[in-house]
Amino acid sequence: MIRKSFWSLLGLVFASTASAEWALNMPKGVTDLSVETYDLHMMVFWWCVAIGVVVFGVMIISLFRHRKSQGAEPATFSHSTTAEVIWTAIPVVILLIMAVPAAETMIKLEDSRDPDISVVVTAYQWKWHYKYQDEGIEFYSSLARPSVDARRKQSGVDVMGVENYLLDVDRPLVVPQGAKVRLLLTSNDVIHSWWVPELAIKKDAIPGIVNETWFKANDVGTYRGQCTELCGKDHGYMPIVVEVVEPEAYQAWVDTRKDSDPQLASAQ
Amino acid sequence: MTTTTADTHAVDHEHDDHGPTKGIRRWLFSTNHKDIGTMYLIFSLLMFFVGGAMAMVIRSELAVPGLQFVHPEFFNSMTTMHALIMVFGAVMPAFVGLANWMIPLMIGAPDMALPRMNNWSFWILPVAFGILLSTLLMPGGAPASGWTMYPPLVLQTGDAFPFLIFSVHLMGISSIMGAINVIVTIINMRAPDMTLLKMPMFVWTWLITAYLLIAVMPVLAGAVTMLLTDQFFGTSFFLAAGGGDPVMFQHIFWFFGHPEVYIMILPAFGVVSEIIPTFSRKKLFGHDSMVYAASCIAFLSFIVWAHHMFTVGMPLTGQLFFMFATMLIAVPTGVKIFNWVATMWRGAMTFETPMLFSLAFVFLFTIGGFSGLMLAIQPADVQYHDTYFVVAHFHYVLVPGSIFAIMAGAYYWLPKWTGHMYNEKLGKLHFWLSTIFVNVTFFPQHFLGLAGMPRRIPDYSVQFADFNLISSIGAFGFGLSQLVFVLVILTAWKGAKATDRVWEGSHGLEWTVPSPAPWHTFTTPPKNRIADEAFE
Repeated sequence: MIRKSFWSLLGLVFASTASAEWALNMPKGVTDLSVETYDLHMMVFWWCVAIGVVVFGVMIISLFRHRKSQGAEPATFSHSTTAEVIWTAIPVVILLIMAVPAAETMIKLEDSRDPDISVVVTAYQWKWHYKYQDEGIEFYSSLARPSVDARRKQSGVDVMGVENYLLDVDRPLVVPQGAKVRLLLTSNDVIHSWWVPELAIKKDAIPGIVNETWFKANDVGTYRGQCTELCGKDHGYMPIVVEVVEPEAYQAWVDTRKDSDPQLASAQ
Repeated sequence: MTTTTADTHAVDHEHDDHGPTKGIRRWLFSTNHKDIGTMYLIFSLLMFFVGGAMAMVIRSELAVPGLQFVHPEFFNSMTTMHALIMVFGAVMPAFVGLANWMIPLMIGAPDMALPRMNNWSFWILPVAFGILLSTLLMPGGAPASGWTMYPPLVLQTGDAFPFLIFSVHLMGISSIMGAINVIVTIINMRAPDMTLLKMPMFVWTWLITAYLLIAVMPVLAGAVTMLLTDQFFGTSFFLAAGGGDPVMFQHIFWFFGHPEVYIMILPAFGVVSEIIPTFSRKKLFGHDSMVYAASCIAFLSFIVWAHHMFTVGMPLTGQLFFMFATMLIAVPTGVKIFNWVATMWRGAMTFETPMLFSLAFVFLFTIGGFSGLMLAIQPADVQYHDTYFVVAHFHYVLVPGSIFAIMAGAYYWLPKWTGHMYNEKLGKLHFWLSTIFVNVTFFPQHFLGLAGMPRRIPDYSVQFADFNLISSIGAFGFGLSQLVFVLVILTAWKGAKATDRVWEGSHGLEWTVPSPAPWHTFTTPPKNRIADEAFE
């Protein structure tokens, strides 16, 4: 009996940890540069692990062997130029190994020339506005209704049951797969920041300044992010959703948007 | 704390023997470096608990998804005030307190060089924080724009705005005066044969810190003054509508802000560099290269500020420069860590509470250094920036970094201050609880940041629920563990009488005076013989 309940308890624990998302690492993302960024992140991480193993290893050996209770007699050395030159030079070499690929990726990240689509992103307290430069389509994108209803203090709604709680919007940004999308970011009030982890771009939207960034998503899907620069009381409630669709689906979406907008329809 | 220091110790008291004034006047009008040091330390402990209480509000709200306890505006006020209070009210005054107490004792000076200014620089602080805390009761609430005070958001602050600016000005004035005092004392009042390179590391790191303070606190004052005139006098330094530039504030702020980071860690390096040799019973390895490394770090701290701004849209060449310069800091910081390890190597270590806190410092500060190196890599920083990964990073270098070093210093010198050994069992309990809970609190925040949780949000998507709960449990554990420290302080006079040297392996002039250190010490400079012995 006890044994049975023990196993069922263990099963429950495993079930709950399996269902909960214990994400430990950065997502690899869906652009070439997001993968490069992930690789850089992992490279530096493994270097840190290696350095940590050496430094902490020596320290731990010392902590066990060189203690007074083990009868250790203190040595008298207090200087070694050779050692100091070595442990200055080796880090410099390691840093160079990291710096080169980091600089290469950075240069690519900053190159937003020749885009297929340009979207002007204007940030407001507390929503986003997207305007497709060529198509003339524009709309606001704000927190989706179910989250709005659930987010209030003592709303009585169990947020665990709300789908994509705080990460869903009423109208997502729709872009075609494989197209180079340039974002031109600015703000109408305070500084905001546009971030979608799987696209590996984060850029501040600043009043009076137009910032540029770009991405080219390789995979179709829905990617979610949030404003990442403190922008006032509802900073936590202005998510970003990007829907990457196949080029034909994108064209169909553009057509329906134009049809539903009388101004755009008459202009055609 | 120093009620027993009034004992009449005959040493250094051949003539003019007067004790401290009685009652409140002793503290209000004090010009004694030990009394002022004590006041600084008590004040910072008080602020540590006030700022800590705000952290508890933050972690309560974040324990589970959904909004349970506070409104988002108040949540933002809590993150803002927590940071301002911990940085300017807890960590910095604690180091100034240690400097006040220990620098004159370590260099054989009778007092700080400018004792009246010393009094003033302390008493400004309670006023500054009184003003800052009073904003909690004002219409529009306390400042909620983050401690970085970025415009235009900070200009949306309610009635609290001018009070925020004024209190920051006061904190700056206090820091500048404290820094001037430290520099003048160290340059002019060392024992006759104590050359600069013979100075103890704590004195050295504080000398460098003081120069950093004088260089950057006026910059902060300038930045917040421009905010003030933008708000009230029609200027447009940072307002795009009037031709200003909001990003310029960030450049100016971080030109202050990055050296500020080292202002909070260099004295910690100094404390740890005193403690590790004592309990390893071995001289500090590479004293001179430690000095050069600290100077290097201080210099580099002035040319890396824009790594806090990799997402604001800087020119590519600027970003490349700031990335490379930032990575370079790893070299002198590495030298310091390697030297501490080399100091322990083939020593004869014992593990009293100050040593335990110092060892945890070396381990955990290094982890904070690793995440710092990761943050230096610009493309990766674009992913980490303004997420919980950054929160984890700077709490690793500030809590088990600066604060553990302050704790280590407090335990190390407490017997010299009180004349009694503190309760070692309680000290060890405090250490183990703090070390376990600090990791439970902050380590999962790395994962949260990498998984995509931004900082400064009162509520979050349910996928972040598990690690947030763990972090909150850790935070409450850490907060409660600090009550053990209060118990240690309250019982600090109950232990055995401390000897002058206190620790078997201690070295330096501060251990040549009686315990507790009498009200006046080194009224005549220490004799060469004593000094030489102390330097060995």
